[in-house]
Amino acid sequence: MKNIIKKSIVQIFSTSDSEAIVQEAKKQIIRELDAPSRRLFLQRGLTLGGIAMLTGCDISDNASVETALGKISGFNDRVQGWLFGSTRLAPVYPESMMTRPFPFNAFYAEDDAPEVDGLAYRLKIAGLALDKREWSLPALYKMAQVSQVTRHICVEGWSAIGKWGGVPFGDFLRLIGADLSAEYVSFKCADEYYTSIDMATALHPQTLLALTYDGEILPRKYGFPMKLRMPTKLGYKNPKHIEVIEITNKFTGGYWEDQGYNWFGGS
Amino acid sequence: MTIHTELPQVAGQKPATVHPLWLRLTHWLNALAVLIMVTSGWQIYNASPLFDFDFPRSITLGGWLGGAIQWHFAGMWLFGFNGLFYLLMNIFTGRMKQKFWPLTPRGIFNDLRAALRGKLQHNDLRHYNMVQRAAYVFVMFDGIVLVLSGLVVWKSVQFPLLRELMGGFDTARYVHFLAMASLVGFVVLHLVMVALVPKTLIAMIRGR
Repeated sequence: MKNIIKKSIVQIFSTSDSEAIVQEAKKQIIRELDAPSRRLFLQRGLTLGGIAMLTGCDISDNASVETALGKISGFNDRVQGWLFGSTRLAPVYPESMMTRPFPFNAFYAEDDAPEVDGLAYRLKIAGLALDKREWSLPALYKMAQVSQVTRHICVEGWSAIGKWGGVPFGDFLRLIGADLSAEYVSFKCADEYYTSIDMATALHPQTLLALTYDGEILPRKYGFPMKLRMPTKLGYKNPKHIEVIEITNKFTGGYWEDQGYNWFGGS
Repeated sequence: MTIHTELPQVAGQKPATVHPLWLRLTHWLNALAVLIMVTSGWQIYNASPLFDFDFPRSITLGGWLGGAIQWHFAGMWLFGFNGLFYLLMNIFTGRMKQKFWPLTPRGIFNDLRAALRGKLQHNDLRHYNMVQRAAYVFVMFDGIVLVLSGLVVWKSVQFPLLRELMGGFDTARYVHFLAMASLVGFVVLHLVMVALVPKTLIAMIRGR
């Protein structure tokens, strides 16, 4: 989006003006992202001014504080990538330990969850894959399925145990001839949500293209017709109502990640 | 030409150093790290409280959950590495043994009784009484528990042994919370003691 704006602006204005305008446009976009939250972020940043005086750094320039925190968050992404065990398994639990009812969680109310037409639904594949044919739901249901009872950990701190079934995502990626040396897999969803993950997590044996919950077709509130279920990542990294899967080397961020949540988001 | 110091010291004798420079540096960096970690941690706690209360927003850092997590995950490097440096320096310079040893339950009891009667002296800042030793050793241990339980909350899948030691993900959150509460309790007591014996603050800044 930013690039489109930049291009159109460059066409209209001279190069020197356009940089400044692009900067302003970027600020506008950032401002629109959850404005009340961001304002609070800055406001609370200011309360740290007293501490900053002790250390001698200028913390009053909030943009630079945010930049610094963003950089450290990027550093934490790299550390987590390094800590990640590609075969280390998340604990699995007996079905008796499942959390009932399993909580609904999204950036909207449960009633606003998208209603996807299962008959018309087609999963799209984009980017670095040999076979980019679209997938109907019956075709996905026909694939060999597994199920696992694992803990979903939310970034807020709560956790819940659930049973998801579906196709191991690594198997699916191999089947469509995805470039497994690509850096990212990114997702676009029916509820406007988007996120992206590292290839190592995509290939983790417990990462599932989940089609069922607790033995039944994935209910709308948990992401019908399909979600990506990763017990090695926090809840917000698990996209629901997936429409497009793209294998790419381009960093595409994510809905919450672009607002400041850590991109790797591993557990 | 001789330069005279303003302090009336015995001729040719420098005032004894109470705290070496590395100790003062790690102390103040730790104070900053604790302030960042505790205030941002309270904001994270508020997102999903463990108990029937939450922390007033005005004393939390980060503004919203995402901001608090950014502060928390930036501050943890300072807290962790500064703490590790402090512990290693204490061990390798022999300060650990010299300052905190011996430490006996009987000694703690005696000094505590003396303190409560107002009879415990703190004239020589280089010497820690048994209560101080116990408090400082406890807070070192508490810091280690904070880091380890924090690692489990952050990466419960990647640290399976630690997770089991902490009793699982959910229990690790309680351990992390209680260790935080203990640390805050220590800080409050620590600040009261500094207020009662202000020269300890001077020594922690100037070294003497």
